[in-house]
Amino acid sequence: MIDFIVIPILTLLALTALTVARIKNLWAAVMFTGIYSFLGASWMLILDAPDVAFTEAAVGAGVSTILMLATLALTPRKRHKDGHLESADFEEKPPKRSPFWALSVVLITGCALVYGTLDMPAFGDPNAPIQVYPDPSFVEKSQPDMHGLPNVVTAVLASYRGYDTLGETAVIFTAGIAVLLILRKSTAEDEAFISSMSKGEKGE
Amino acid sequence: MNNFPIIRVISKILIPYILLFALYVQFHGDFGPGGGFQAGVIFAAALILYGLVFGLPSVYEVAPPKVVEKLIALGLVIYAGTGVACMVLQGNFLDYNQLKHNTLTDLPAYIGEGTFHFLPSDQHLGIFLVELGVGITVTAVMTMIFYSFAGREVVE
Repeated sequence: MIDFIVIPILTLLALTALTVARIKNLWAAVMFTGIYSFLGASWMLILDAPDVAFTEAAVGAGVSTILMLATLALTPRKRHKDGHLESADFEEKPPKRSPFWALSVVLITGCALVYGTLDMPAFGDPNAPIQVYPDPSFVEKSQPDMHGLPNVVTAVLASYRGYDTLGETAVIFTAGIAVLLILRKSTAEDEAFISSMSKGEKGE
Repeated sequence: MNNFPIIRVISKILIPYILLFALYVQFHGDFGPGGGFQAGVIFAAALILYGLVFGLPSVYEVAPPKVVEKLIALGLVIYAGTGVACMVLQGNFLDYNQLKHNTLTDLPAYIGEGTFHFLPSDQHLGIFLVELGVGITVTAVMTMIFYSFAGREVVE
């Protein structure tokens, strides 16, 4: 029964990926990446990972699509001598070199990855290392440890591996600050600071 | 997108529910699926939708960039502060068992059993605070990145 949902979603995922690669109009390509993320989110939901599905739907389909559209809207356009802006056509430029080498590298890497999956345990295999290796009693242990907190994933992320999550939050913080430093418009204050710095260097 | 009535009306109906769902994912994260990161991105998605449809000046009124900028650091401070609070209470860093409070758990003896049962203690309280910190940082980072993209002008 579930095949009626799984097979169309996976087919649509593959078709969307091919369309993103084939399509020449950049606006359409960005919208297709959003569609791809939504299909990916549905697929995560079928795999019983609703929290990953939330993230994929909000970040992949929502935020990053908007950021890519914003980037397209900000890309340079030609200004004519009479002052009016010509809108860019946003068509992908034809490649200058033959795609043979790139294609062969991608094919060889793809074959190696598929060959690697042959050694992996079957999907849902109870004896797979991922089910056995971190002691399965973790699930039972978390009940008394967490005083009855039902979500083991949250218990592992926020309590057993609290340091790790603190590090991840620090990474998000650092990444955010770095992006802001690059993209922020410099204010008059900043300009004054920069010019005073360069004057100081000259003085020495 | 100011001139499309359908988009304006629909997003005005949807945004409160998106925010509510984000809060649900945030504060129910230790019982159901979700947590700080998921809640943060959903909350930011609602703010970004508002900014897209009603324009940057209106979203600046709801979430001024100067405040959001500081929230990026506040979230991390809440997280690390929870850890430090555990140390102050003579435990290890991020050892939430130290956060057990007796003030409210002893009260039921006077007001009746289970009155304050919903108030988190020890591990629940620790996870609650830590996830709150993650949620605040993620919301603020996502919103600020959107602001810095949307606030720029076309370069020639």
